[in-house]
Amino acid sequence: MAYKTIIEDGIDVLVVGAGLGGTGAAFEARYWGQDKKIVIAEKANIDRSGAVAQGLYAINCYMGTRFGENKPEDHVRYARIDLMGMVREDLLFDMARHVDSAVHQFEEWGLPLMRNPKTGAYQREGRWQIMIHGESYKPIVAEAAKKSADKVFNRICVTHLLMDESKPNRVAGAVGFNVRTGNYHVFKSKTVIVAAGGASNIYKPRSVGEGAGRVWYAPWSSGSAYGLLIGAGAKMTQMENRIVLARFKDGYGPVGAYFLHLKTYTQNCNGEEYESKWWPQLQEMVGKEYLDPELSHRTHRPIPTCLRNHALINEVNAGRGPIHMVTMEAFQDPHLEEIGWHNFLGMTVGQAVLWAATDVDPKNENPELTTSEPYVMGSHATGCGAWCSGPEDVSPPEYFWGYNRMTTVEGLFGAGDAVGGTPHAFSSGSFTEGRLAAKAACQYIDDGKAEGIRVSDTQIERRRAEIYKPMEHYRVYRNEITAGSVNPNYINPRQGLDRLQKLMDEYCGGVTVSYMTNDKLLNIGLKKMKILEEDLEKLAAENIHELLRAWELKHRHLTSEAVMHHTLFRKETRWPGYYYRGDALKVDDENWHVLTVSRRDPETGEYTMEKAPCYHLVEA
Amino acid sequence: MPTFVYMTRCDGCGQCVDICPSDIMHIDTTIRRAYNIEPNMCWECYSCVKACPHNAIDVRGYADFAPLGHSVRVRRDEEKGVIAWRIIFRNGEKDMNLLAPITTKPWGQCTPKLKDAPAPSKDMRDSQLLFNEPKYIRLDDGGLHTLESNGLKMQAGVCY
Ligand SMILES: Cc1cc2nc3c(=O)[nH]c(=O)nc-3n(C[C@H](O)[C@H](O)[C@H](O)COP(=O)(O)OP(=O)(O)OC[C@H]3O[C@@H](n4cnc5c(N)ncnc54)[C@H](O)[C@@H]3O)c2cc1C
Ligand code: SF4
Ligand code: SF4
Repeated sequence: MAYKTIIEDGIDVLVVGAGLGGTGAAFEARYWGQDKKIVIAEKANIDRSGAVAQGLYAINCYMGTRFGENKPEDHVRYARIDLMGMVREDLLFDMARHVDSAVHQFEEWGLPLMRNPKTGAYQREGRWQIMIHGESYKPIVAEAAKKSADKVFNRICVTHLLMDESKPNRVAGAVGFNVRTGNYHVFKSKTVIVAAGGASNIYKPRSVGEGAGRVWYAPWSSGSAYGLLIGAGAKMTQMENRIVLARFKDGYGPVGAYFLHLKTYTQNCNGEEYESKWWPQLQEMVGKEYLDPELSHRTHRPIPTCLRNHALINEVNAGRGPIHMVTMEAFQDPHLEEIGWHNFLGMTVGQAVLWAATDVDPKNENPELTTSEPYVMGSHATGCGAWCSGPEDVSPPEYFWGYNRMTTVEGLFGAGDAVGGTPHAFSSGSFTEGRLAAKAACQYIDDGKAEGIRVSDTQIERRRAEIYKPMEHYRVYRNEITAGSVNPNYINPRQGLDRLQKLMDEYCGGVTVSYMTNDKLLNIGLKKMKILEEDLEKLAAENIHELLRAWELKHRHLTSEAVMHHTLFRKETRWPGYYYRGDALKVDDENWHVLTVSRRDPETGEYTMEKAPCYHLVEA
Repeated sequence: MPTFVYMTRCDGCGQCVDICPSDIMHIDTTIRRAYNIEPNMCWECYSCVKACPHNAIDVRGYADFAPLGHSVRVRRDEEKGVIAWRIIFRNGEKDMNLLAPITTKPWGQCTPKLKDAPAPSKDMRDSQLLFNEPKYIRLDDGGLHTLESNGLKMQAGVCY
């Protein structure tokens, strides 16, 4: 094939994926590395890439210490209870103590933050959320990243990390291809910050046909953060902790502002409050420590997101669906009505389109809610991602190996969805994590840890051949058949994605089985996953666009396999409402008050699983 | 709500191709105009709609659950720093105009150039601080929160 090989050499900090985490990393790296070479490799265009492409109407993580509102440890406690105890509290504390400084800078850069006219503080949506006019959130942070980076390579799909050949387990850069020209790109770098985002479209979505792109997390969230890290042999944590979201039906419009600011609430088809009747049964599953409605009522301790999902799912299964969001009261106030619509236009336009198409005016009709298919990501109410070192002054020995946000591979850092155990970071927290990783990466270089890196031409050529294999495969076998997409020698990326989604759905607790699985199902699933891996070697791509889809699928596959192994390992039901282990339907704090850690051997593909201690922040 | 392109308005400039995060706006080689090559990977994020200089792109609700006959149009004006939406219901009974700011500053002028910022001191490098910190955390003279300052410690085991 006539594609050129383009080598970018001498990079100090390579940022892979410039969404919220990656733009934060590129921006901050320049301050600590004023003479360093900072490069971004991004598969789309950083002006509108990632989960924030269409904007956001809220910043969901802001302490407001400036206004006397919260301390970092308050946020840690909140994330802890919301995730049923399973979080990395060192990383969370660290993120929370820095996050406000990112938000204050966003305001300076032009992001319109709303103010409370009475107090002068930022307009709160809830305890942690502030309201913004964030249609241009992404172009604004991209601008800051562009000013810092030496070069921005848009439209590069990064497929693999490069590994140093002089020292085992040390990163040496990354490779990928240009989605427009098809050229092969090699980035030789002393450090790499992976911020390539979480994973949608791993589970069969509720929508079918044309609507399959109407997923909650963006369809381009290809799990590349996980695929790249797992592929390089980095340890992962909490990959079983996928998220299911209660959202407006079909459009997946967010509900945060509706619950918190507009004070709308839910009821079943008979107009009854339904949540509380599920609490006694649920309390038996999870224990009073995690679900204590009276205490929650008294102290405003939140009821974990997953448990509220549990109530919704069970109410529907009991035949009292659909669940409605009661908007008719709030929407009588024209001001609140306007906010309700702006909230969608600012971050999920599709929901506005759907209501217009179906004549649902929430002023006169209470819209339906439903629970989504599961997603694998690590910055919302869930904590999938890499097992990373925390900061020196906070982390206990098991959580600390030298550099903040460094994975278990030397010189390889993570930010945003890539980092495990840090839920509730959201956009601002992801950006902050990027900044933290960038400072640590510069330190790592300054400490001389990146000396003597060697990458052979053999490694570069091997990856090249691997990258284009789906196109080669297509070329070889295409003419064996007359026409069409049915070929005994290959499957195309869409066919592979359909198979992956079906298998995750049925064996690993997707929506069609009401989020239920067990060890038998998971073991069958893992076997099928291996066979799918063999078939992915026979993936065929007709053109460069399909090659992009082929590599997204491979990253999704690696992510899914990790999710299955983790789900099998944790023999309990820690998050009812996200998924259920039918063979272990209770929270088991005696055996499983631990974080799960996995590693896939890059040579053999074998998984090893271990438990890591769960540390909590307590009063000294 | 995948996108489609009006034949008479598109001039094939490629702005939508350049911006689409899903890589699905492509120029058809025969008619030299843009179209959505993979509607089931479209997030109706409107990035292309906002970027098209000729308002040639529109959105038609996903066939599997959205009936025909609605309209959600947008005009994003960087110079004025505003975005204007118009939503028309299928039954024509609701027709809304909504306006929101997109920035409070002139484009691209207020993000700092860190190459030119005063270099961090050794003390700062050795600390836990980031650029502009501790000042920007609270906008007063307070320092960074630590376990010590907040009277905390990390403890292994079960805790709720
Ligand atoms: C509908 C919705 C509503 C949300 N609401 C809010 C909210 O109100 N407030 C809030 O604070 N947060 C909100 N969030 C969460 C927020 O968007 C995420 O937490 C945040 O964007 C995560 O940052 P990230 O950098 O990890 O991933 P992303 O921002 O998704 O960035 C990942 C980047 O990596 C790139 N990439 C992917 N694969 C590759 C590859 N192979 N090679 C190169 N580049 C690649 C992508 O193109 C992208 O630019 C919302 C998210 C969604 C989807
Ligand atoms: S931006 Fe508009 S005019 Fe330009 S190619 Fe796309 S649809 Fe056509
Ligand atoms: S709406 Fe978004 S995903 Fe769909 S074609 Fe336009 S830019 Fe691409």
